[in-house]
This record gives sequence, structure tokens and C-alpha cells, in this order.
Amino acid sequence: MRNVIETLWRKGTAHIDVPLLIAVCLLLVTGMVTLYSASNQSFDRMETKLFNIGVAFAVMWVVANTPMSQVIRLAMPAYLAALALLVAVALVGDVRNGARRWLDLGVLSLQPSELMKIALPLALAWYFDRYESTLRLRNFVIAAALFVLPVLLILRQPDLGTALLIASSGCFVLFLAGLPWKIIFALGAAGVAALPLAWSVMHDYQRTRVMILLDPSQDPLGAGYHTIQSTIAVGSGGWFGKGWLQGTQTHLDFLPERTTDFIFAVYSEEFGLLGNAMLLLMFLLVIARGLVITLDAPTVFTRLVAGSVTLTFATYAFVNMGMVSGILPVVGVPLPLISYGGTALVSAFFGFGLLMSISTNRKLIKS
Amino acid sequence: MPQFVELKNLEGERSEFRRRTAIAGIFVLVLFGLLLARFVFLQVMKHEYYYTQAEANRISLVPIVPNRGLILDRHGTVLAHNFTAYTLEINPTVVRDLDATIESLSQLIEIAPKDRRRFKRLLDESRKLGAIPIRTRLSEDEIARFAANRYRFPGVEINARLFRRYPNGTLASHVVGYIGRINQKDMETLEADGRLSNYRGSEHIGKTGLEQMYERELHGTTGMEQVEVDSGGRAVRTLSRTPPVSGNNLQLHLDLRLQEAAETAFGGRRGALVAIDPSTGGVLAFVSKPGFDPNLFIDGIDPPTWNELNTHPDRPMVNRALSGQYPPGSTYKPFMALAALELGKRTPQYAINDPGFFTLPGNSHQYRDWKPGGHGSVNLHQSIVISCDTYYYQLAFDLGIDTISNFMRQFGFGARTGLDLEGEAIGINPSQEWKQRRFRQKWYVGDTISIGIGQGYNVMTLMQMANATAIIANKGTVWRPRLVNLIQDATSRAQRAVLAQPLRRIDFKPESWALVQAAMVGVTTPGGTGHRAFADAKYIVGGKTGTSQVVAIKQGQKYDASRLDERHRDHALFIAYAPADNPTIALAVLVENAGGGGANAAPLARTVIDFFLFGKPVTPIDAPAMPGAAASGATSNGGASAERD
Repeated sequence: MRNVIETLWRKGTAHIDVPLLIAVCLLLVTGMVTLYSASNQSFDRMETKLFNIGVAFAVMWVVANTPMSQVIRLAMPAYLAALALLVAVALVGDVRNGARRWLDLGVLSLQPSELMKIALPLALAWYFDRYESTLRLRNFVIAAALFVLPVLLILRQPDLGTALLIASSGCFVLFLAGLPWKIIFALGAAGVAALPLAWSVMHDYQRTRVMILLDPSQDPLGAGYHTIQSTIAVGSGGWFGKGWLQGTQTHLDFLPERTTDFIFAVYSEEFGLLGNAMLLLMFLLVIARGLVITLDAPTVFTRLVAGSVTLTFATYAFVNMGMVSGILPVVGVPLPLISYGGTALVSAFFGFGLLMSISTNRKLIKS
Repeated sequence: MPQFVELKNLEGERSEFRRRTAIAGIFVLVLFGLLLARFVFLQVMKHEYYYTQAEANRISLVPIVPNRGLILDRHGTVLAHNFTAYTLEINPTVVRDLDATIESLSQLIEIAPKDRRRFKRLLDESRKLGAIPIRTRLSEDEIARFAANRYRFPGVEINARLFRRYPNGTLASHVVGYIGRINQKDMETLEADGRLSNYRGSEHIGKTGLEQMYERELHGTTGMEQVEVDSGGRAVRTLSRTPPVSGNNLQLHLDLRLQEAAETAFGGRRGALVAIDPSTGGVLAFVSKPGFDPNLFIDGIDPPTWNELNTHPDRPMVNRALSGQYPPGSTYKPFMALAALELGKRTPQYAINDPGFFTLPGNSHQYRDWKPGGHGSVNLHQSIVISCDTYYYQLAFDLGIDTISNFMRQFGFGARTGLDLEGEAIGINPSQEWKQRRFRQKWYVGDTISIGIGQGYNVMTLMQMANATAIIANKGTVWRPRLVNLIQDATSRAQRAVLAQPLRRIDFKPESWALVQAAMVGVTTPGGTGHRAFADAKYIVGGKTGTSQVVAIKQGQKYDASRLDERHRDHALFIAYAPADNPTIALAVLVENAGGGGANAAPLARTVIDFFLFGKPVTPIDAPAMPGAAASGATSNGGASAERD
């Protein structure tokens, strides 16, 4: 009997990367503690989040136990499906809050852009893996087309934040796949030159967000309100913060969306600079472990997937904290593992599952 | 593309991948470093700023308006007090269509056109984004009716507010004054004085009278409640509370019953009366008729009423006792007599032979005495008792204008008495220098003559006349007159006297005071110009009649009241003090366009002194008597006519 349990345990945990798991759990605990305060001590929210964490762990476990050789086969079909759904959204999607992002499937509504977040890096990695030995500039052009298409569709919804994040995850793959430096610099220069053009095609509300970033006091009660109040929350935290459950900005309702996109302001107000530094460290632990897995990954596909997943995770964390502390415009990006919200949590854990699968399969190969 | 060929070397590709991963890792570190730098900036360098912002977010200071101090007469009778009432208020920043809202409110609660006009006016001069009352003093019924329908009126609320009330209406209105809503000008004054913070939450401020003069005492100190609020502005809890300190009460020298007796005695006539205690300078009665109802002003007066008060020919808003300037007429003569005695220009025995007029040497122009044909032989005593003009024409000529002017300055003529009310006029105590300054003209000897009988350039306020009379009554002590006697702390009841210090002493020879006082007693005894009013008085009174000329009478013409427009008729004047041996009251009274002072002003003085000494009930004197021949001084002098202020 004991043997059976032991075997089951060994089999069940064989594909779990312990260092990554520990780093992730630290963030989850921090997130629960913060959510308790941010939700005004709502146990409902805590329960829901715990449930989401359970689902996320299950997803992670399943993915971790899926060999990458199978994942690579699903990469392109998943990408094509996500693309098809994006097209469907563009044609028949639900409009919520002025943006066409949702697809009503009767039983559940779905944001295909969330699927694309996972599918795109996989597809790109698959593509580079496939042309590993014959890589030419032409391949980069095709790869670029693979990710420009969904990005444009998402931009049209419009959802600037998600589009940028998906684009960046695609860029990471291209970068790691060896996009020549000359082209990187040339594209960078072209990008800067194209900023005025980008400005001209942006929606008014997107422009407003950028303008508000430059000067939040322009509209203190309107679009600038989020940034002003979150910056106040962060700044008033000081060295050690006001203490857990003691944040006035949080508990007197000055912070908007404080359980979701702006939860970092709650954390920052209550735990101060010291807490922030600890949080940055926790994120760096996850990222560092991810990069180590990336370096050790055996194939082009796994390397690119691991690198992209890790860097995208880092990007999410940076963009969210940058937005809350007022150095980036307000885009709807949650803080991974900390913010309340199931979809983002599950897709993050999907990524961790991929990392674990890559890491443990390699170990198995080694041993 | 040769470098691509190289990249196909698997090991090279591998090391390039490692390099790029490392670069990405460094990039992430740089970004996180950037975040950390931002956190240090916000949480360490700018912490104080953001902490203050967060506190300002959550803490709201709610002012608690103090109770305004009461105004009480010398016996404690209330002249101004406060009561709580419910008002219906509209917040114009919340209510979009004001007219429609008022219209539907009026279906529930009676809103008079007057209320609407006042609301409009308050809206125009509103200084902040607060609620403005549309109706005040709601009944229980009205409150209930609104409460049931309140959901229909966002931005409309019922508030309990403290209101000022002047229970005596027009009585003593020029003394008490009134409070009104704080306007832009008040705000600027308060800000300049550094008092604005104490007016957070205050709606009203003293505008005139004692309410204005003693604003600092009456207002009190505003309390503060520190309330924690959420983002919706709802109070979550009280953090700290500093209670307000009620304003101080004012206790006056004024006797409201005496005031009422005096005002009743005026009846419908215009005029003014000031009565002073000559031993303290305390003002016992202070009348300016007609008055006004100060209650009209508290919530903002409606424009038609305001216009009516300001354009009414009787000018009820003018404080006649303080800012009205009148020629003193013959009431000036006792002061001239003192000058004659003190400056050695006349002995008591010296007598003139009065032919009924005075002429300057080498000039045919006749300065006429009020009595055609003259009084015959007149000495100083008789000159006051019968109010002989010719005696004083000659005296003024002998003294010269600058001597007169310098002497009269001692009695406070040409200077403010310093009464504790705003708006006191200075009057004119003319001199050569004054005329040069005022008209850029040389002083003519002819100008001096009519000064002797209190006409010409000479004008003064009733306050000045009463104060000067008090100086004769107390033989030389000059007080700064005071309405307020005590200032009382509303909570501790501790009292603080508004100390009346004698401003100065006038050191005349005792015989001079005695001679003039005796002559003034002679005025009210048989043979004197004021004796009829004081027939059967149970006390001895010193007085002097006067008739103040409004328009000049041409040379050779006779003053005929019936042919003059009512408002061009002479003002009746009387000054008096009593009891003559130990005076406790000194007063000056003027009835506008009433004619001779002996017949028309002296009876008012009698009424007031009777009441003051014995509490005798008063019978109103309504019918204005015709200007009587018994009074002094309808004279032609060719000088400036004395216009009422």
C-alpha cells in the first residue's frame, strides 16, 4: 500500500519543477494576502481565487505531463484555430465596453485573444524548429507574418494592451531564434520613425491614455484618475507601507479596479518599498528559473517556447507594475499570479506547465 | 548572405542562443531596476508629497458654525438672538434645470415669488459651490411632504440652520444693524484680515450697526470636525472634533424701553435722537427715524423691497443720528457763550441793545434777529434764555472765525466722537483754512456772522450734539461715547467691560460752566424758549432750542413755512440734560422739517427725560406742529444753505 502511494506520488510529481513551483507559490501566497485586503476581506473572492488556483494547477499538471513532442504537433492547429476565432470575433463578436473582444459560444463566452497568447509563441517556435537547418531571412519574414496577422486583428477589436503583449511574445521568439541584429536595429529605428503614424491610426481613447500618462493631472477625475490614485497609493506607502489592511487609498475606495489590474497599488501601499523589492525578487526568481530552463532546453522548439513564455511573463509583470506606478500608459494587463481573474491565471500556469514539461523531460532524457 | 551559412553551424547557433538569452535576462533586470528606481522615487523621495495627498483624499474638514453672540440691552432684554429652523436648499451644481426643479418643488411646498427672486439673487452672488436656500422656516408639515418626495429631487435637501432674529423689528434697527450673506467683498476683507479660515461654513456676517462693528466678538470661533471620507465623499468615521466657541454677547448701555418711548414719541416723523449718560459716555437711546426691519436682510432681501427701502423719500436706511449732518442752529449758542466767557470777550454783565438786526461796519446788509424789532437790552444769560441772534452775530464778529473754530474743537465739533458704530460723519467746524481747502476761497467776515447762531458752513451730527451737551452737563469731561457696556463670554459668563475712558478734560472756570448751565435752565423755565415743553416738570432741566435752516431766505423776505415745500422747512432741534444739578442724561433731538425747536423738538426731549427719570408712560405725538414763533433763528444770512445729509 505504501509502495502504491509512493509510486503514485513519484509519478505524479515526476514532471514538477520544484524550484519553479516554490517561486510561483510564493507569488500566489502574496497574491492571496493582498487580495484579502483589496477585496475588503471578502472570503467569496478568496474562495473563487482558490478555486481558480486549483484549476490552474490541474492545467499545469496536465501540460507538464505532456511531452513536448506532442505539444509541437498541436502548435500549428492551435494557432490556426485561434486565428479563426479571432476572425470570427471580428465578424460576429460581442461588443462589451466599446470593444469587440468576446465570442459568444452559447455556453461560454471566450476571448480568442487569450488563446492566441499561448498559441502564437508555440506556432512560431514550431516554425523555427521546422526550418532549423535551413534558416534564412525569408523564414523570418514568414514568421513575422504569422504574428502580425493576429496582432492586427486584436488591434482592430481594439485591444492595444493585448496586441502589444502578443506582439512582444512573438518578437521574443524571433529574437531568440536569431533574427539578425542589423534587422533588429533597422526595425527599431523604423518603429521610432513610425510613431507619428501609429499616433494617427490610434483610437481617441488610446491617445487619451498616452496623453494622460504624460500628464495625469490633465483629467484628474476622468481618464487620469486611475494613474493619479494608484501613484498616490504607491507613493504614500513609503519605506515599510501602511500595514496590511491599513491602506487608506484601498479601503476608502479611492483605488479603482483594486482587485484586478490595480492590485499592485494595494500591495504597494500596504507593504511599501520593502515589500515591492521582495515582490520584484519573487518575480525575478520565477523568471530566472524560466531562463535556466530555457538555456538547458534540448531542442529549438523547447528553447523558443521556454524563452518566450518566460519573457512574456516578465513583460506582463513589468507592464502592470509600470502602469500602476505611472511610467506606462493604462493598458488592461493584470499582474500575473497576483491579480484576481481566472483566465490570466490559467494561461500563466499553462506556461509554467510548458516550462516544467521542458525541464523535466530533459532531466528524464539525461537520467 | 554568408552569416546565415555560419549560423547553420549548430554549435554556433547554440552559443548565439545562449548569448541572446543572457541579453534578454539582462534586459529583464534592467526593466526591473527601472521599476525599483521608480518605487524609490515615489516611496522614498516623494513619499511625503504622496502621503499628504492620500491624507487629503481621506480626511475632510467639516466646519461647525458657532452660535452668534446675543445683543442685549442694559436690562438684559434681547435685541438679537438665534433660533434653529429648517430650510429647503438647492445645490445648483447638482441640479441641472433649476427652474423646472423649483417649479415642481412649488407643487409640494409654497414658494412665493419673493423666495424665487431671493434665490436668483443669492445664486448670482454665490461665493462657493454650496446649497442655496429656496425656502426658509419650513413647517413640520412641509418637511414631511418633502421627505416623502425627496427621491424625486436629487440635489435638493432640508437642512437645520441657525437663524438670526431681531425680535423688536424696526425698534433700534439703526443700532443693532443686521447680518447678511457673505458676499465677495466681505470675503476679500476677511482674507485681508486673515480671518477667512474662521468663516468656513459661516453663511452670514454683520453688515451694519453693532452686528458689523462687533463682528469679531459676535461671530465666535468655528469648530472643526475631521472626518474620514471615502471616494464618494461619504463620512466613514469622525477622527477628531474641535468644538466651536460661541460668539460673545453684547450688553448695551441702551435701555430698550427708553428707546421705545423715544421712537414712539417720534410717531411718523423723521428725525433723530441721541441720549447719553454724561457720567460714562454710555448711549442710553439712539434713534434714527424712520427705521427698517433688519429681519428682512438676514436671508438676503428680495430686490423690490431693497429698492423700495433705498429709494423711499424718507430714506429709512440712512442713520440720521450718526451720518446725518445738520446745522446746529441756536443749540450752538451755549457753546458760543462759553467761548465768550473763557476767552474774555464778554462779561456776564455786558449787555447789548438789540435793534432786531446786526450790520457789519460799513455795510448795509442786515443780519436779522428771529424777533422783528429785537429784544432790547440783552446780556449773556438772557441771550441764551430768549435765544437772541443779534448778541451772537456781534460775538462771532468779535471772536473771529479761527478763534471760534479752535475753541469749538474742544467739544469735538468737526471730528468723529468715536462711537462704536460704523459710518459716523465728521461734520464741519469751519475755519479760514477749511474754506480755502474745501472751496479754494477766501473766508469773508460775512461768513463768520451766521456761524454765531449755528448756521452757515457749520454742520454736525446728532451724536456730536448729544456728546457736546453731555460735556456741558458734566462740566468738561469729554467721553468717547459707547453703545456697548459689557462683552460677555457666552459659556463662562465672564464679563469684560468696554472701558469708557474720558478722552480729555476741558478746564474752564467753574463760573463759566455755572453761568451757561443756569442760562440753559432758564430756557426751560417761564420766559425761556423751551419752557412750554417742560411746564410742570418735577425736575430741573437745562436745555436749548434750535431751528436749523434748510434753505436760505432772501434778504427782505420773511420765513413762511406754509409757502415752502415740506422738505425745505426748518428742522426742529433741542439739546437738554437733566436733572440739572446732577445730570444723569444728556440728549440731542432733531425732527426734520418740523419747524421751531421749542415747539416741535423740546416735547420729545421732555418725553424721553420723563421716561428716563420716572418710567412715565408715553403718549405719541403725531401731529407735527407748525413752526412756532417761540423758536429761535429763522434768519437771513445769505450764506450757504444747510442741506440735510
